[in-house]
Amino acid sequence: MMDRRQFAQGTISAALAGCTAAEPPFPGSLGGASSQRGHLLRQAMAPGRPDDVISTDIAIVGAGIAGLSAGWALANAGQRNFRLLELEDSAGGNARSGRTPVSAHPLGAHYLPVPNPESRGVIRLLEQMRLITGWQRGKPLIDDYAIVADPDQRLLFRGRWQEGLLPSLGLNARDAREFAAFFAAMDRWRQHHGSDGRPAFAIPIELASRDPAILALDQMRFVDWVAAQGWSSPVLRAHLRYATRDEYGCEPAEVSAWAGIHYFAGRRGAAANCDGHAVLTWPAGNGHLANRMAQRLRHHLMPGMVVGSVDRAGDRVVITAIDAQRQRRVEVRAQKAIIAAPRFVATRIVPAWQGGDAGFSYAPWVVANVSVSRLPAGPGAALAWDNVSATSDSLGYVVATHQVPRGLPGASVLTWYQPLSAMAPADARALLLRRSLAEWQAMVRDDLLAMNPDLEGAITRIDVWRWGHAMARPTPGFIWGPQRQAAARLDGPILGANSDLSGIPVFEEAHDRGTAAALAALGRDPEEARA
Amino acid sequence: MAEAAPGPDRAGWALLASAFVVATCGLVYELLAGTLASYLLGDSVTQFSTVIGTYLFAMGLGAWASRGVVANELAMFVRVEILIAAIGGPAAALLFLAFDRVADFRLPLYGLVLVIGTLVGLEIPLLMRILKDRLAFADLVSRVLAFDYVGALAASLLFPLVLVPQLGLIRTGFLFGLANVGVALALLAMLPRRGLRAEWLAGWLVALGLLAGLVMAERLERMAEVASHDAPVIHAVSTPYQRIALTRQHDDLRLYLNGNLQFASRDEYRYHEALVHPAMGRSARPARVLVLGGGDGMAVREILKHPVGQITLVDLDPAMTRLFTGSAMLTALNNGSLSDPRVRVINADAFQWLRAATSRYDVVIVDLPDPTNFSLGKLYSLSFYRELARVLAPDGVAVVQSTSPLIARRAYWTVVATLEAAGLATRPYHAYVPSFGEWGFVLAGHRPIAQVAPRLPARLRFWDAATEGQASRFPADMARLPVAINRLDNQALVRVFEEEWGAVAG
Ligand SMILES: Cc1cc2nc3c(=O)[nH]c(=O)nc-3n(C[C@H](O)[C@H](O)[C@H](O)COP(=O)(O)OP(=O)(O)OC[C@H]3O[C@@H](n4cnc5c(N)ncnc54)[C@H](O)[C@@H]3O)c2cc1C
Repeated sequence: MMDRRQFAQGTISAALAGCTAAEPPFPGSLGGASSQRGHLLRQAMAPGRPDDVISTDIAIVGAGIAGLSAGWALANAGQRNFRLLELEDSAGGNARSGRTPVSAHPLGAHYLPVPNPESRGVIRLLEQMRLITGWQRGKPLIDDYAIVADPDQRLLFRGRWQEGLLPSLGLNARDAREFAAFFAAMDRWRQHHGSDGRPAFAIPIELASRDPAILALDQMRFVDWVAAQGWSSPVLRAHLRYATRDEYGCEPAEVSAWAGIHYFAGRRGAAANCDGHAVLTWPAGNGHLANRMAQRLRHHLMPGMVVGSVDRAGDRVVITAIDAQRQRRVEVRAQKAIIAAPRFVATRIVPAWQGGDAGFSYAPWVVANVSVSRLPAGPGAALAWDNVSATSDSLGYVVATHQVPRGLPGASVLTWYQPLSAMAPADARALLLRRSLAEWQAMVRDDLLAMNPDLEGAITRIDVWRWGHAMARPTPGFIWGPQRQAAARLDGPILGANSDLSGIPVFEEAHDRGTAAALAALGRDPEEARA
Repeated sequence: MAEAAPGPDRAGWALLASAFVVATCGLVYELLAGTLASYLLGDSVTQFSTVIGTYLFAMGLGAWASRGVVANELAMFVRVEILIAAIGGPAAALLFLAFDRVADFRLPLYGLVLVIGTLVGLEIPLLMRILKDRLAFADLVSRVLAFDYVGALAASLLFPLVLVPQLGLIRTGFLFGLANVGVALALLAMLPRRGLRAEWLAGWLVALGLLAGLVMAERLERMAEVASHDAPVIHAVSTPYQRIALTRQHDDLRLYLNGNLQFASRDEYRYHEALVHPAMGRSARPARVLVLGGGDGMAVREILKHPVGQITLVDLDPAMTRLFTGSAMLTALNNGSLSDPRVRVINADAFQWLRAATSRYDVVIVDLPDPTNFSLGKLYSLSFYRELARVLAPDGVAVVQSTSPLIARRAYWTVVATLEAAGLATRPYHAYVPSFGEWGFVLAGHRPIAQVAPRLPARLRFWDAATEGQASRFPADMARLPVAINRLDNQALVRVFEEEWGAVAG
C-alpha cells in the first residue's frame, strides 16, 4: 500500500525543486568554524588584564584527537594536574559528531583502520578502551561491533553497484593489467625496507625509513610517478584520484608520490578475528573515540576556551584565553604547554613560532548529514557502509546506522563527503563561506539522487558542515621537508602536537603527536610513545 | 392492459436488456461475497451456503419492500442501480481492506451481503412494474425471467472461467459496479428524464469513482503483491519493516513475510512442534522463556503446553503481533496464545533488545526469518549468538530455526558452526515439514545437550520420542561439512544461503 507520508514528501520535494535557491529545500543547518569564535580569538590575542587566573602543571590547547591523546597519556602516567583548553563547546575537533533523532553521525573523521603492528600507541589505547578485547596468535581481537559490518564498500560504476571500491566488472584488458601492476607495486612497497632497516612506509610516519632513495619520492608529484611507471588507464587514474581526495582532500597532482604511495602501501593492519584491511567504525564515526576519551578526561576539560596567546614568562608558560560562555578573560599559568591546535593557529598564538607555518596548507571540505526516511538501494550490490559513485565529484556517503546491529532497515542518516579540491584552497574557502545552506542542500540532493534515484522523496533533512582547514595537504616536499620537520621537533616548554605535524591527516598521527608531546612535557623520552 | 399488445418497443428492449445486465451483476456480487468469505474465513462449503442463503433472503426482503414504491418506478429503479453500483462495486476492495481492521470480519461481510442483496431484490419487481404497460402479463413474466436466468448463467460461467483468473476479485467488483451504473445512465439517456438531474449527476460521479477504483485496484494489487502468490491473497499489508501477506487456498492458510513462506496452516504444527518441544522438554524448570521473532504466536502456543512461568516474545513488527492477537481467524490458529497472561509481547529489534537484555532465560526459542539479506544475516552472526549465550541460563537450552540442511547444506552448518564459535554446545536436528521440505534446527546450551528423550506434553500431532531419536541423524546428503563462521564483518551466511537457494530457484 502507498505510504501516505512518503507520497506527501515526494510531492513536497518535487514542488520545492522548482523553488529559488534562497529557500532551503529541506530543513537543516549550516555549521562549521563560527565567526563568533574567530572574533573571540582576535580578542584573546589582544593584550588585556585577566579576570581569572588558573595554575596548572600542563596546559593542553585544543581537544581534538591529538589534545585528547596528550591528556590520555598524562592520565596514564598518573599526572592529575593538567587542563585541556578547547575553543569549541565540545571536544573532538575534526572527529566530532552530531546527532539526529534517528542516529548519531560523524561530522568529519569516521573510521580508524585496524592498526598496523607498529602502531603500538594506538594499540595500547584500543586495549584500554576494550576495543581490543584480547590477543590470539600474536594478533589483536577487535570488538565485534566496532569492525565495519559486511558489506563495507560498494562502487557505482557504469550504472551498477559493485562490491568493493575497485571496479571489477566492465574493465578492459589494459585497465585490468594496470590495476594488477599498480597493486603488485604497492604490495612490494608495503614489504619494502630502507637502507636503515626501517619499513619504507609506516604509521606513525616517525617510524618510517629515512633512506634518501625512498624520501626522494616526496619531492615528486604522485601523478608524475604514476605516469613514469607507464600507467595511463583512465579507470586506474580515476581510482587514484578518489584515493588522494579521500585521504588528503587533494587532487593527485597536488600530493607527493610518497604520500600517494603511503596511502596504499602504509597499511599492514592485522587482527585475529577480522580482515586486516577492515576498519573500525561507529554511528558517530571517530566521534565515538573522541567522546570516550573526553569522558575520561572530563574533569580536566575546559570547553569554550578560546586561546589567544601562549608565551613564555621565565621558566613558565602563560596562556591567555577568552571563556566564551562567561565572557571572561582567563590566564592559565603552567609549567608546560602542549599546542594541539593546528599549526596555522599555533603560529598565530605562540609568538615564538611566528611564521612557522610556511609550507603548511590545508584542504577545505564539505560534509553533509542527510536524514532519510528509508535506506538507499540501487541496481547490483546491496547497500554498504561506504557508497561511492565513479562519476560523482563527491566521495559518496557512509551510512550512520550501518553498525547498528538490527534485523531490519528503516530511517537513517547518510554522511556525504566532498573535498573542494578542484580549486586553490583559499578560493575554495571563500566559496565555502559564500554558498548558502539552500545552495549546498540542492547540490547534495542532486548528487545523492544521481547516485540513488530511489531516494526521491526520502530525504527529510540536510545538515551541512563546512571545514575550512580540514587537513594538512602533503604537497611535494612537505612531509620530509625542513619546515615540517622543524615544526615537529619537541623542545622547550611549549610543545606542538597536531596531526598536521605529520602531514598525514589520520587518527594514528594525531594520537602519536599528542602522546609524544605529553611524554616530552613529563620530561620523558617522546620515543616511548612509539615503543 | 392490452392483451394483444405487440412485441416490446425500443425502450422495452432496453429495459429487457437491463434485466439481463442486472441479473448478471446480481449473481456476480453474490459469487464475489461467497468467494471472499471462503478465502478469508476458510471452510468454503459453510461460507458459500451461508452467504448465498443470506443473499437470497435479502433479495426476498428487497422484493417485499418493492411494494413500498408507490409511484415513479423508473426513477426508483435508476436510483437502485446507482446505489448497487456504489456499494457492490467497491465491496470486494472494502472487504479486503477491512479484514485486519475489524474485530469480527463477519460483521462487515454479512452487512454488505444484506444491503446488496436487498437492493438487488428490488430490481426485478421494479422492472416488471415498469414494463407492465408495455407487455402482456404472460409475455412480461416470460421475458423478464428468461433474461434474468440467462444473465445468471452468464455470470456463473464468466465468474470462475474469466473474471477471477483474469481480473481478480477487486477488479471484478469495480467492473460490475460500472455495469450497474451503466444501466442507470443508459436508461436516463434513453427515457424521458422527468427531472432526474440529481440521479444523472450521482450516476456519473459513481461511474467515475468506480473507474478510478478499477485503475487503483490494479496498482493496489501490484503493490500488495497479490499476484505473486499461487493462492489468493486474503490480506496484505506493507509495514515499515516488511510486507505481510496471508493467502488461503481451500483450508490452507499461509503467511508470507516479504514473499517468504513463514507457515502453512496445513502443516505448521510439524514445524512448531519440532521447533519448541526438544528445547522445552530438556529444561528442568522453564521458569523464564524467551522467544525471538515468532510474532505469529504459534511457537508460544506450543510453549504453553508446558508448565511455564513467564514468556517474553520479542518481535520487531507491531503490525504482526497485533494481527495475530486480534484477528479471530488467526487466533483460532495460535489458540490466542499472545493474549495469555503469562506472555509479554515486546515490539523491538531482536538484536538491539538482546544486546541490552540483562535477565537470564531457561529456554530461548529463536524463530527469526531466514537470512535472505544482510540485515537479517546479522541475526545469525557470531556477535548475536554471543549475546544469546549471555542471556542463556547456565543450564538453559536454546533452539535456532536454521534453514534446510538439504537444500542449503552449507548455510545450515554455518549456523551450527557459528553457535559453536560463540562457545555453545550444539545438537543439530531436522524434521520434515511438507510445505518447507526437510527443515533444520539447532539446539544450543552452555552444557552438552544429551541424547535424552525430552518430556513431551500429551496430544502432540507430530513430535514424539521416536521421531526425536531419528532427528539428529544426518545422512550423507545433509552431513556436516567445513564452513566459515558467520560474522558481522563477513556475512558468510547470507552469501552461501543466497547461492544455495538461488541454485534451487534456478
Ligand atoms: C571531513 C574529514 C574526514 C576525516 N576522516 C578521517 C577518517 O575517517 N579517519 C581518520 O583517521 N582521520 C580522518 N580525518 C582526519 C582527522 O582530522 C584526524 O584523524 C584527527 O581527528 C585530527 O586531530 P587533531 O587533534 O590533530 O586536529 P583537530 O581535530 O583539528 O583538533 C584541533 C583542536 O584544536 C582546537 N583549537 C583550535 N584553535 C584553538 C584555540 N585557539 N584555542 C583552543 N582550541 C583551539 C580545535 O577546536 C580542535 O578541537 C578527517 C578529517 C576531516 C576534516
